[in-house]
Amino acid sequence: MDCSDTRRLIDASLDGELDLPAQLALEAHTAACAACREAYARRRALVRRVRVGGESFAMPDALRRRLLDSLPQGEPSPNPVPAPVRRWPWGKAWSWPWAWLTGGLSLASAALAVALTLVVIMPGRDAALERDLVDAHLRSLMADHLTDVPSSDRHTVKPWFNGRIDLSPPVPDLAEQGFPLAGGRLDYVDGRPVAVLVYRRARHVINLFVWPEPADPADAPRFRGAQGYNVLHWTGPGLALWAVSDLNRGELEDFQRLWSQASRSS
Amino acid sequence: MPNSRQATRFEDTVLPHLDAAYNLARWLTRNHHDAEDVMQDAFLRAFRFFGGCRPGDARPWLLRIVRNAAYDWLRANRPAELCSLDEHGLEHGNGPGDDPDCVLDGRTAAPDDPETHAMKEAERRLVNRLIADLPVAYREVIVLRELNDLSYREIAGIAGVPMGTVMSRLSRARQMLQAAWDATNATEGPRGL
Ligand SMILES: [Zn+2]
Repeated sequence: MDCSDTRRLIDASLDGELDLPAQLALEAHTAACAACREAYARRRALVRRVRVGGESFAMPDALRRRLLDSLPQGEPSPNPVPAPVRRWPWGKAWSWPWAWLTGGLSLASAALAVALTLVVIMPGRDAALERDLVDAHLRSLMADHLTDVPSSDRHTVKPWFNGRIDLSPPVPDLAEQGFPLAGGRLDYVDGRPVAVLVYRRARHVINLFVWPEPADPADAPRFRGAQGYNVLHWTGPGLALWAVSDLNRGELEDFQRLWSQASRSS
Repeated sequence: MPNSRQATRFEDTVLPHLDAAYNLARWLTRNHHDAEDVMQDAFLRAFRFFGGCRPGDARPWLLRIVRNAAYDWLRANRPAELCSLDEHGLEHGNGPGDDPDCVLDGRTAAPDDPETHAMKEAERRLVNRLIADLPVAYREVIVLRELNDLSYREIAGIAGVPMGTVMSRLSRARQMLQAAWDATNATEGPRGL
């Protein structure tokens, strides 16, 4: 690691976001290089100054009361955005539908919200979602972001999701079939948290994104390539599943078949 | 929309995070009055779309709503503040030793050090002014990281940008703060008297 790499990574190191090899390399360099050591100390001092001196504003009580009083009372209409994931066809920038609702439109209009949920049931919606999934896959390959719970033991990975996401995904063990479990994590897709199971095949990583979604009987596994990655989508009981990997198509389909079989029996 | 049981669940879920939410709105708008507008908008959105909130993720979920409400508010009221990020490129190198007088030895400034707690009032004011002067996209990552102690992943989810962008914005924001701090102390004498 040279001086310019070191300077680039100082912030990530201070934030505890570097993986261990990079952290060790950075420490080895700063131990030997006085200029980088000084840069590191300056940056650390700055971070401390901001953390100690930066003001955290507590919400004034009057505002808190006003907000609570402003809650609509006893409106019986159903929740316009049901718990299952929506796929917003317009992609990341608009993944919160009510971004449309500003600019003088009444937020209190449930009718509008209902109209919006109809808009999303449209063909072409998957393209933005796939981009999101591949982005999430790429992010996961960055230093130390692959798993939140690194474990090949499904009895460790499955309960980890409890309380973190309102979903308990099946976590079948496919080590004997050549797809060992590497762990799990939470990720954001379309601006909402989803469960991700991470499997490996030799040196390849498979990210399996899982979220609750009413099953569509017509939804047979669908295969796609996106940005150089392979994406396979299928549904399970109440679940949407998306596998993203650089694995070839045949092996990814093997994975899908094995995973589905094993999750039914487990 | 939510019946009374849901309303209770909403309050239980959201209330613990209202201070963090207000703090973000306050920093993004830079004053209480506008933060209040943002919070009222955000609170209604949160209530109406509560179904999108997963247990255990209420904080990032609410912060994302507040963040989006704040950006919508800025877009409507102070669009100039949302100017392109490219204008704020790095004018300053991040080389060490620009101002040797300003070098603090990290080891003497541990969090429990009384000196740290007794940060001078003038320094505290300066730090807050420098944060407030940052362009909003940089101010946002500083507030979420330094004041709310969120991880890059959480910040990425809230700001709706890839983690690599969080990393580079945070780094650039700190460089701006450091350069501004050094410049202020160079003109006003040794730090914060
Ligand atoms: Zn060096």
